[in-house]
Amino acid sequence: MTALDTPPAAAPAGVLGTRLRRREDPALLTGESRFVADLVVPGALHLAIVRSQVAHGRIRSIDTAEATAMPGVVAVFTGDDLAGDWAAPMPCAWPVTPDMKNPVHHPLATGTVNYQGDAVAVVVARSEYEAHDAAEAVVVDIESLPAVVDLDDAMTDRVLVHESLGTNRSYTWELTPDPDAVERAFAEAAHTVSERYVQQRLIPSPMEPRGVVVVPQPFGGDVTVYSSTQIPHILKVMLAVTTGIPETALRVVAPSVGGGFGAKLNVYAEEILATVLARKLRQPVRWVEERSEHSVATVHGRGQIQHIELAADADGKVTAVRVRLIGDMGGYLQLITPGIPLLGSFLYGGVYDIPAFSFSCTGVFTTKTPTDAYRGAGRPEATYAIERAMSALADEMGIDPAELRRRNFISADKFPYTAAAGLVYDSGNYGPALERALQMAGYDDLRAEQARRREAGDSKQLGIGISSYFEMCGLAPSRALGGLGFGSGGWEAATVRVLPTGKVQVVTGTAPHGQGHETSWAMIVADKLGIDPADVDVLHSDTAIAPHGLDTYGSRSLAVGGTAVYLATDRVIDKARTIAAHLIEASADDLELSGGTFRVKGSPDRGIALSDVAFSAFTAHNLPDGVEPNLEASSHFDPPNFTFPFGTHVCVVEVDTETGAVAVARYIAVDDCGNQVNPMIVEGQLHGGIVQGAAQALLEEAVYDDDGNLVTSSLLDYMVPSATEFPSFELDHTVTPSPSNPMGVKGVGEAGTIASAPAVMNAIVDALRPFGVRDITMPASPQRVWQAITSAQGAAR
Amino acid sequence: MIPASFDYARPTSLDEALGLLAEHGDDAKLLAGGHSLLPLMKLRLAAPSMLVDIGRLRDLDYIREDGDRVRIGALTRHTDVEHSDLLAREVPLLAHAAGQVGDPQVRHRGTIGGSIAHGDPASDLPAVVLALGATLTAVGPSGSREIPAGDFFQGFLETALAPDEVLTEISVPRLAGAGWSFQKFNRRAQDWAIVGVAAVHNGSTGVALVNMGSTPVRAAAVEQAVDGGAGAADAAAHAADGLEPPSDLNASAEYRRHLAQVLVRRALQEAGVS
Repeated sequence: MTALDTPPAAAPAGVLGTRLRRREDPALLTGESRFVADLVVPGALHLAIVRSQVAHGRIRSIDTAEATAMPGVVAVFTGDDLAGDWAAPMPCAWPVTPDMKNPVHHPLATGTVNYQGDAVAVVVARSEYEAHDAAEAVVVDIESLPAVVDLDDAMTDRVLVHESLGTNRSYTWELTPDPDAVERAFAEAAHTVSERYVQQRLIPSPMEPRGVVVVPQPFGGDVTVYSSTQIPHILKVMLAVTTGIPETALRVVAPSVGGGFGAKLNVYAEEILATVLARKLRQPVRWVEERSEHSVATVHGRGQIQHIELAADADGKVTAVRVRLIGDMGGYLQLITPGIPLLGSFLYGGVYDIPAFSFSCTGVFTTKTPTDAYRGAGRPEATYAIERAMSALADEMGIDPAELRRRNFISADKFPYTAAAGLVYDSGNYGPALERALQMAGYDDLRAEQARRREAGDSKQLGIGISSYFEMCGLAPSRALGGLGFGSGGWEAATVRVLPTGKVQVVTGTAPHGQGHETSWAMIVADKLGIDPADVDVLHSDTAIAPHGLDTYGSRSLAVGGTAVYLATDRVIDKARTIAAHLIEASADDLELSGGTFRVKGSPDRGIALSDVAFSAFTAHNLPDGVEPNLEASSHFDPPNFTFPFGTHVCVVEVDTETGAVAVARYIAVDDCGNQVNPMIVEGQLHGGIVQGAAQALLEEAVYDDDGNLVTSSLLDYMVPSATEFPSFELDHTVTPSPSNPMGVKGVGEAGTIASAPAVMNAIVDALRPFGVRDITMPASPQRVWQAITSAQGAAR
Repeated sequence: MIPASFDYARPTSLDEALGLLAEHGDDAKLLAGGHSLLPLMKLRLAAPSMLVDIGRLRDLDYIREDGDRVRIGALTRHTDVEHSDLLAREVPLLAHAAGQVGDPQVRHRGTIGGSIAHGDPASDLPAVVLALGATLTAVGPSGSREIPAGDFFQGFLETALAPDEVLTEISVPRLAGAGWSFQKFNRRAQDWAIVGVAAVHNGSTGVALVNMGSTPVRAAAVEQAVDGGAGAADAAAHAADGLEPPSDLNASAEYRRHLAQVLVRRALQEAGVS
């Protein structure tokens, strides 16, 4: 009956929580991973997109004659040429209000263009070079209209982006559960602060830009779409809707994906266009995004003006928070553009026990690249506003920013905590993370050193910034998403099967693009089964292999997808236990699974290996009555609540007051993401996340000129940081398990980014307090810091 | 990121390279490390019809002593300049500055000759050869000639090189024991300088600036002030005298003038001017 001479090795007890090396990395590091651009599809035609060079205008004519006659060119199409090929407009899946204005748009623009980079024509050619040469020869005549760049200007409707809408305002979304309480709190406040912050636009810049290869199968009309996407499952549904190809005939595969940061949580013009052209031409087509093209053709992140007010009593106890946002939608609404500010709306009260809450956001159109999800998606913006405002309040009251936070934390005994904004926070214990971070930083010594340098008039001033953050992830309870108007559920699916040889196959609906799900999911299953993680294979990101899934974004994969894997494993174990009991003639209740073997409690020499049970389930020669063959089970897990990770970050900067240069001297982070599956992966996420948030504070900005031209369209000018710009981070953690899932996990993919921008900016402002500087617009470039110092000095004179 | 089409030739001798330049004239561009030219071509901001790849002319890759000078072949990579024991001892300013160019990938491909011949005012090495008072050797159809670094940079990306000439050698004076400093102010390690300063102080003083005008430029007023006995702070006040620095995303002209003064003061102090 034994299926293997050497059954899978038993794992050392408790593989969960160990620093297992990522199985994904050897292929990534040696270049063996295959990305979309690496896929060799014989006979594939190449697409090059002709894009509007102007931000706003009416298309007078597009002359494709010269391009069509060029070598290797198969066809050139404009938006008018393909008007009959779309089954539905480009999708926006999040109508946040019933009256939200959403201009109809298609993969190729017709009539008007609404941002620099708006696609107006496509060249199909036999080689990539011929396609790009011909794209240069397409003559596009556009009558320029005034650009709408500035958000306050957009609000005035002085120039309309979409004339037919009659306004630039797409929607206004409000959440003020008790308006009287807010008014009362501000009327009775001993202290208030009123701050205006600008969330500059960011360009996501994953290492791999986008790309799509569409292969019509030779028989039966089926179409396979390979795309560099975070959302193969959602993309399949949306391609069915927008192209009219039946969902049953579509297969979407995300091969190795080189990062996404939310920018690949979208349904893009090029994906629909390539699918439509492959069908029309009956040939495979491919499109690979260029780096500078990525700057205009892939969604941007952030883009908000934030007005936040805090009311506090005489002790500094915050009694109300009031937030007014303007959100930059860009030229059109992409998949979840309007909802991004709302994802942060619930977090403007931060980790503080604030009884009154008011939030409002107006989304406005501008003639710029559409915005959408970018690492943190709404939550970094919210955290930035509340954490900057808390430090401003401490400054206003003349008390230490750490002390003000202590006075306002939601105390640990109040969890689960129902916030004024309406959400129930699952678990939290904010004080210990703050105290640990201050201890690691040597906070009192730092303050003493700061005082010494101030006293000495040192040209290098020290600043200490605190950010006590939390966030909302584990997206999401489907009912909660329904309540917000989101066009999808928030569950996740998994299947676990023990194969006849005892090897295990896991199918997940998550779509990793750098996170290490293959390693982590294998650890979850191996830990439960008591086998070596190397014997667990994880399949994903192919709708033919994993038909159910809602993909990877919003730090949801472990808390929702990992939980589905966990629950499916439980079901497999239950079935295996029934079969095992039958095979060794014991009671199922008496069997316990450890080290990959079912053993009878109290009689450890009576047992049967899981691999033997699997082989028996496969042969089905001797199964109990009513038990079906094979060891396989699935789970579709819909979480009962979000999860709320938290922590405190402390940033120490040195500001060169002569040049304005800011150097991050130290960075301390104490995070709590609940139980950790693999601490090495957690730390990796924090390292990258901290850098990405700090880069918003110090380096990155999508800059437009007054005519709506993007002037930071290459990595020369758009300042993605490198490792040399930061010190080694000092990390620690606390563990407060989540009650929202059986593993007690929360999520960590975005936490670093959410926490770090306010920590860095609070540090810079702290350094410059003696100069009278209260704010610097991000990114705090040397020139801006220098200007802030000189203008504050000028004002002081 | 897809360049326009071009022809490509890879000569095996300097004479062959000169012949190709003579034949193709303005339509030809020399390719050495490619770190200035290829990005321009990929952005289609440059579209030479003939690319003459001189990367195989390895006899232009050397660093050697010659009396009171050190001679460096134009095809010497930045990383070899950076790690040369001879330069570290005799011309440490140049070795140090070569280690500040771009990032390790750039330094392993880019060449000293390519950087100087491109004449970008934002590049590090042109200012260094100005401060050092280097001599540049160019070879053309009618033979070779020597050009003082001070006469080489003539306008924005314009040099004294004729279209049919190749820069073959950079010769710098040995300055063992001299005071020196290289100040590079930028936002990311791999970036061009927003403002940079190269300074040597050895009896006489050489100070040159990066990214403070349309060409790499000497800070002549600073040099005169120091040589006239001024201290570092007083001399540095003249750092931007007569200059018209550019304004761009990183810095206004006003901010550049301010930075030049701060950085020149620091450079002079580091180079031993009190």
